Amino acid sequence: MTRQIRAVALISGGLDSMLAARLIQEQGVQVEGLNFYTGFCVEGHTHAIRRQERERPKRNNALWVAEQLGIPLHIVDVVEDYKDVVINPRHGYGQNMNPCLDCKGFMVARAREWMEANGFDFIITGEVIGQRPKSQLRRSMPIVARESGAGDRLLRPLCAQLLEPTLPEREGWVDRERLLDWSGRSRKPQMRLAERFGFRDYAQPAGGCCFLTDPSYSRKLKDLWAARGERRYELDDIMLLKVGRHLRPRNHFKLIIAREEGENRFLEGYRRCFTHLEPVSHAGPLCLLDGSADEDDLTLAARLVARFSRGRESPSVTVAVADAGGGGRRELSVSPMPADQVPRRWYIT
Amino acid sequence: MQRQEIDARGLLCPMPVIRLQQAAPACDKGDELDVLATDPGVRADIPAWCRVHGHEVVEIREEGYTIRVRVRIGG
Ligand code: SF4
Repeated sequence: MTRQIRAVALISGGLDSMLAARLIQEQGVQVEGLNFYTGFCVEGHTHAIRRQERERPKRNNALWVAEQLGIPLHIVDVVEDYKDVVINPRHGYGQNMNPCLDCKGFMVARAREWMEANGFDFIITGEVIGQRPKSQLRRSMPIVARESGAGDRLLRPLCAQLLEPTLPEREGWVDRERLLDWSGRSRKPQMRLAERFGFRDYAQPAGGCCFLTDPSYSRKLKDLWAARGERRYELDDIMLLKVGRHLRPRNHFKLIIAREEGENRFLEGYRRCFTHLEPVSHAGPLCLLDGSADEDDLTLAARLVARFSRGRESPSVTVAVADAGGGGRRELSVSPMPADQVPRRWYIT
Repeated sequence: MQRQEIDARGLLCPMPVIRLQQAAPACDKGDELDVLATDPGVRADIPAWCRVHGHEVVEIREEGYTIRVRVRIGG
């Protein structure tokens, strides 16, 4: 009896990795999925924070993909280890703060460790040559294979025919003829193959698989580092960059102001960690203050919060201010700041 | 049968699922794990995770702001 060959697939939640996994399953290989949680991931719930997007089904796309494929999915918390990838990428950033090449190397390296620990035979990814700059260039492919230590146990089923044969192909674990030769940015072949496999309703993130490809998110991350004078972050920092209006009126503090009810609810969970402000005389958003603020700063912050409240046209709005955790609560009566007195540069967009 | 609680309150998805996944391997078939969470995303994610791993969600209950998801470990 021949031994069951087993492969571990990097599952992002997008279509490409889903197709790659199914192609290998079709060849009789047993596949299990790995999904890495970096904190920057774009997934169903993040979008669900905002109310207008809450109509869409809330789901974790990677888990949804695993269900469609009928494979176990292991979600791995890499938040701590991933910091070094974002802060010191050896190969630099892409168009925004996305360190794609280092990120791929990191994830494949973690997949290699998992493969070895669990007695699996090879690794598959959904990469397509030329699809995104840098990480998916033809010359980047060997870099990822080498730096991750995966070597020729790394198979990219969607573009394998354009690359040197890997171990699974040479050993006959998979038939190279039944792998693909995709390159370029067209999504048509993907959609056709999805149709053939009967995959519907798959996620199609614009841009990339994580927030680091987003220009506005990247600017907020750079602002955070500039204001702190060092490149570091905690998980809460990067979660909060996904939500609300961000204004930095002074270098030593920034305001995160909810734009609507869903964001308000999300920010509620952070009352215990930040000084927070909230209009009480009029309906208005919850605001977190990140940094340090003296009394003048708090008055300025309250005037800004008032500006985004229903009382923006009123002569005076009462804003409650409390320390992290809710202590030291007091109320300030302020005049809402007129829109034309809020300099453009305060907005981090 | 053993029952154990996993406190994932205040954590955002998919962290509660990750906590459950970390606890599951030490359990025997039939054991129950109660995940306590505040992110409503667990209502979708824990059942999905259980389906792909062959475990069963016995019940999902709201206790004030906390959502308790009871999972029975499969074979
Ligand atoms: S888009 Fe984000 S998750 Fe995807 S490879 Fe680039 S850095 Fe990594």
